[in-house]
Amino acid sequence: MKFVDEYRSEADVRKVADSIRALVTRPWTLMEICGGQTHTLIKYGLDRMLPDLVTLVHGPGCPVCVTPLELIDRAVAIARRPEVTFASFGDMLRVPGSELDLLSVKARGGDVRMLYSPLDAVRLAQKLPERQVVFFAVGFETTAPAIAGALLEAERLDLPNFSVLVSHVLVPPAMEALLSSPACLVKGFLAAGHVCTVMGTHEYDPIAERYRIPIVVTGFEPLDLMVGIRMTLAALEEGRHGVEIQYSRCVTPGGNLPAQKLLSEVFETCDRPWRGIGVIPKSGYALTPRFLRFDAAKRFDVETVTAEEPAVCIAGSILQGLAKPRDCAAFGRECRPEKPLGAPMVSSEGACAAYYSYGRE
Amino acid sequence: MSDDLGEKLLALSCPVPVSDTPNILLGHGGGGRLSQMLVEKMFAASFDNAALSEMHDGAVLPVPAGRLAFSTDSFVVRPYFFPGGDIGSLAVHGTVNDLAMCGARPLALSSALILEEGLPMEDLWRITRSMAEAAKAAGVSIVTGDTKVVDRGKGDGIFVNVSGVGLVPDGIEISPRRARPGDVILVSGAIAQHGIAIMALREGLEFGTTVETDSAPLHGMVASLLDALGGDVHVLRDPTRGGVASVLNEIAKAAGTGVSITETAFPIAEEVRGACEILGLDPLYVANEGKLLAFVARDRADQALALLRAHRYGAEAAIVGEVTDEHPGRVVLKSRVGGRRVVDLLTGDQLPRIC
Repeated sequence: MKFVDEYRSEADVRKVADSIRALVTRPWTLMEICGGQTHTLIKYGLDRMLPDLVTLVHGPGCPVCVTPLELIDRAVAIARRPEVTFASFGDMLRVPGSELDLLSVKARGGDVRMLYSPLDAVRLAQKLPERQVVFFAVGFETTAPAIAGALLEAERLDLPNFSVLVSHVLVPPAMEALLSSPACLVKGFLAAGHVCTVMGTHEYDPIAERYRIPIVVTGFEPLDLMVGIRMTLAALEEGRHGVEIQYSRCVTPGGNLPAQKLLSEVFETCDRPWRGIGVIPKSGYALTPRFLRFDAAKRFDVETVTAEEPAVCIAGSILQGLAKPRDCAAFGRECRPEKPLGAPMVSSEGACAAYYSYGRE
Repeated sequence: MSDDLGEKLLALSCPVPVSDTPNILLGHGGGGRLSQMLVEKMFAASFDNAALSEMHDGAVLPVPAGRLAFSTDSFVVRPYFFPGGDIGSLAVHGTVNDLAMCGARPLALSSALILEEGLPMEDLWRITRSMAEAAKAAGVSIVTGDTKVVDRGKGDGIFVNVSGVGLVPDGIEISPRRARPGDVILVSGAIAQHGIAIMALREGLEFGTTVETDSAPLHGMVASLLDALGGDVHVLRDPTRGGVASVLNEIAKAAGTGVSITETAFPIAEEVRGACEILGLDPLYVANEGKLLAFVARDRADQALALLRAHRYGAEAAIVGEVTDEHPGRVVLKSRVGGRRVVDLLTGDQLPRIC
């Protein structure tokens, strides 16, 4: 495939793996932030190509995983209403709430639909004027501009039957929350390339400075990840810190300015709970007053719905890099992809699900 | 239906007076005049054969001594017309292939239709002709059938069930349990075509070029393999729902052996690979309707590959892996970049990811 195959060359990946082996003199723990990166690492078996001195822990960067239980319960409550057509990205549909997931709501007669773009939900609202169309706005800074675009379009069309249930989360505050914990083991970060494509890298400079840690903005192909890992390790071995960009074919320090403008028009930052971790200050997006009329949580009065996560699950430790999936007593036993107890087993890109699906031989 | 005969048959207009009844009515399943008209003018005329023309409750077939294979498959695909095929030909191919994967030569098929009130008569006519043509091309007759009509809103236009019987030649023993360490695994062509064709149509996705279903009858290709290799063919499977990954897992578990495959060995069309990439789907789990996996004795692998490639439906056949005594019950993949990982069963359907 044009522009992709060159990042999946076995010879090149092996060469980088060899150079990593030659470079490392001490044990280091690195964290990849993004679930997409975790997925690539395990799917291509890259984790098994690294020297034993390098430990990769898997960060909280899976939007499906970290969407709080109470948000799923709110989504379920809205989707069950007879007048509602509830639309979502595919991988949110199977995430369990306290009692139900969205696919089960569909099976019980709810009008739940899988869409590929928030704009499709706006079109659906135009097509179904007698129904209330609600889109589940989930994701990091990557998906937020598309939601913002959809809301601007809904505003332009003055659609009375379109709304969004917002659960957007932001990466830098989560990194800060991890690093400020005294138990933090992470010595270097692979930052999520697509998030930085939108936001640039400026937000990462103060974090790298304050915690004296190397942060390498990395892509998602196998060679991207291996080169990103090598860059992070080289900085650690040489005692350097700061932000470097491996994914320079897409990321500039300033990011995508039109997308950022869209975001600032539609969203403002707010405190947001993360499934498995808890509330992280200023780590989420909420609608600005101008767009509050499109807030599904208010329209359907579900803001008071709350939920408690299962106590046995160590998801919080896994998402913070303090434990690996196999450290959990429930892993692969009470907790499996078909019956997940916690966030990282929920989506196929969660660390526990990736280990469960790809890791057992 | 691509050949001339098929087009000519399709071009014939519907024999049911469409001006009077342009849509299926509940009465078409009621057993009275309307039912009779449908059966006689549409189905019996299209599927025309001696057993069917008896108009009996079932078909009475002469069967030579030997072993009978029996299979059934229901089709609920939406939409029922799609690039490269439709629900009718798909149903015939599906059952013919299920019989072929047992090592059987198809003998006769049944056709059971569940029609939704309001289904356009012209659509039913197209599907009927397509079934007739697919059966004719496969050299097998549709000898019995059934039609029911359900209330509007209680069906998805049309559901098709096709059952079939076939004869298994002496000396042929095809079963998932017969996979043994050392067997070589072949695939008959590019994977993931059907699933992507349907998904692209259903979701209105465009990939620059139209992806067509690979739906095809595979019994001819199977017959040539069995004629030459006989008992050295151990397992045959068509990787339909759940794709190659699910079938290989089932076989590994049934045989209690390990299966090792190489990611880069699987043929896959560029546009299908691109579509999977965009949607975050693994082509190993995407459905096929005209491909088979064959497990054959190692010393016959090259011959099997040549036989598959000589057939019109096997031109892109490839050797993709082997059976091993390591990691019993598990499928392990050598990734594109040289790493290893387990290929497990999915929990449910694959769902496109957020980002």
